[in-house]
Amino acid sequence: MSDKDTDVGRSSGGRPRRVIGTPRPTETQYLLGDDEGAAGPPATPRAERDEDPKKIKKAERVVAFFFGLSLLGSIGFVAAYIAFPVSGMAETALSNRWLGLSMAAAFLGVACGGTYWVRRVMAPRELVEEIHPMPSSVEERRDVVEYFDQGTADSRFLRRPLLRRALLAALVPLGIAPLVLFRDLGPLPGTVLRHTAWKKGMRLVVEGSGRHVRASDLAWPGSYITVIPEGFEHDLEALAKATVMLIKMRPEDLHLPPDKMAWTVDGIIAYSKICTHVGCPAGLYEQQTHRILCPCHQSTFDASRAAEVIFGPATRPLPQLPIGVDSEGYLIALSDFHEPVGPSFWERG
Amino acid sequence: MKWITVRRRHPRAGYAVMLLALFGLGAGYMALMPDSTGGAEAVSSRVPLQDIREGKQLYSQSCSTCHGQNGEGTDVAPSLIGVGAAAVDLQVSTGRMPAMNPDAPQQPRKRRVFNQEETEQIAAYVQSLGGGPPIPSGSDIAYEGADVALGGNLFRANCAQCHNFAGSGGALTGGKEAPDLHDATPTQIYEAMITGPGAMPVFGGDTLSAEEKLAVIKFIVDVREEPNPGGFGLGRFGPVTEGLAGWLIGIGLLIAAALWMTAKKQHD
Repeated sequence: MSDKDTDVGRSSGGRPRRVIGTPRPTETQYLLGDDEGAAGPPATPRAERDEDPKKIKKAERVVAFFFGLSLLGSIGFVAAYIAFPVSGMAETALSNRWLGLSMAAAFLGVACGGTYWVRRVMAPRELVEEIHPMPSSVEERRDVVEYFDQGTADSRFLRRPLLRRALLAALVPLGIAPLVLFRDLGPLPGTVLRHTAWKKGMRLVVEGSGRHVRASDLAWPGSYITVIPEGFEHDLEALAKATVMLIKMRPEDLHLPPDKMAWTVDGIIAYSKICTHVGCPAGLYEQQTHRILCPCHQSTFDASRAAEVIFGPATRPLPQLPIGVDSEGYLIALSDFHEPVGPSFWERG
Repeated sequence: MKWITVRRRHPRAGYAVMLLALFGLGAGYMALMPDSTGGAEAVSSRVPLQDIREGKQLYSQSCSTCHGQNGEGTDVAPSLIGVGAAAVDLQVSTGRMPAMNPDAPQQPRKRRVFNQEETEQIAAYVQSLGGGPPIPSGSDIAYEGADVALGGNLFRANCAQCHNFAGSGGALTGGKEAPDLHDATPTQIYEAMITGPGAMPVFGGDTLSAEEKLAVIKFIVDVREEPNPGGFGLGRFGPVTEGLAGWLIGIGLLIAAALWMTAKKQHD
């Protein structure tokens, strides 16, 4: 704070005036209750000057007004409780509004009245609370040590090894015993993360309606539908890994190695919908760019090139589900996924 | 500005500035908030006029610069052969076509240029170029009795990833976006599903069956007609604005009150 600011902060009488957020330059003198040292001290002592009976009378009325407001609020609360019974949504909202308003008035009235009381009616008195040193005295500390040593000697803890060892033997296992509870974090997942519900010959059904899907249902390039394994429509645990999106593309748009091309039907390709980054449903397929976007962290996969990662934090392509057609013309899985779906895990390799 | 200079050291200047700043923040926030109320609906159930000649006239004037003299497409815009009348009706009735700025990643919904009659004439002309899905008739989109729970399941599985769980839209790659569905008429939703406009996949044919398409429309219409209590909707994320206002204004007032309570008394 510069000298200039200090000067501006003083009124014509020379008294420092309060400016919000700035420390008072004569603070120490105030705290000591010694106004004589300040530049231009007031003529009268503070306590006398503040006890202007007219001002106090006025402040008293304000406080009484707030306490009266609180009283009205409390009465209003009871009245609102009786007047607005709770039956439907609208009535409940009305009841809540008036209960809240009256309760707010009741509490605020007391709070405002109390604050005003302290600031305008109460006699101003500066209180100084001294901070004393924290440590105990040397004598007290010495006494404690003596007392402890005396107790140790009286208990014969040091002189009776059987007693001592028996106590240790009792306490150490007590501390170790809870460690067995860590077993409840298990069992280890085993191979659960490596497999999904899909099996050879299992039909694909539309998620939501459970309808079987024919290759001809996806009539035009750019068609898209989310499918799940038949029989697992309500098994969320299984669907968390097994949900698949079917995308139909022009055959010339599909750039796949021959083995993966054999997993498609008529340009229909099935990718796991579970992002390989942290497992969000990556389902934003753009039919013009063939991008599959994950909404969580913007991992982007190229659906036309075996879902390889073209942007974002994912490190592996979306696994492809081998699909075929059964004797009745419905789309089926030819096997489970050939690699674990979803995010990486420790033992994945 | 002298009155400000004189009063800036006034004991209450700090409170006044804080109140003004809070008010300005709130007002600015409200001014910048997008309007979340739904728009008008205009369901067309008229049979398209087969006046292909009229349509060709309109096409030559307004569409051919980008889409080619006979809808064969150019470097700027795709071919319209085989897209069908439904695609034309969707793009023209939502005002996306004719495009103001063909270089933009995506055309925004705007005030339509052609009325329904002209739109159907252009659609009839484009339909004559190479077929494609026709404009749905009234019975195609009779969604009132559809299964809204089924629609919700299908919407969440196939639409929500782009259009948001309440149809409020979302971002795609390369500056594109999945538009919000608040203003889309049932006809336009149906047309979007069967034609797959822009980046959107196609749900035509039996990808979604007729019954499932109607269920999806029913869900979208039902969700957006649900009341959205508590100020700004924010795409049905909940009363976030109220919370924000509560925190900023409410806590601001509390700080002002705390400053006043602990400030030393005035002695003047």
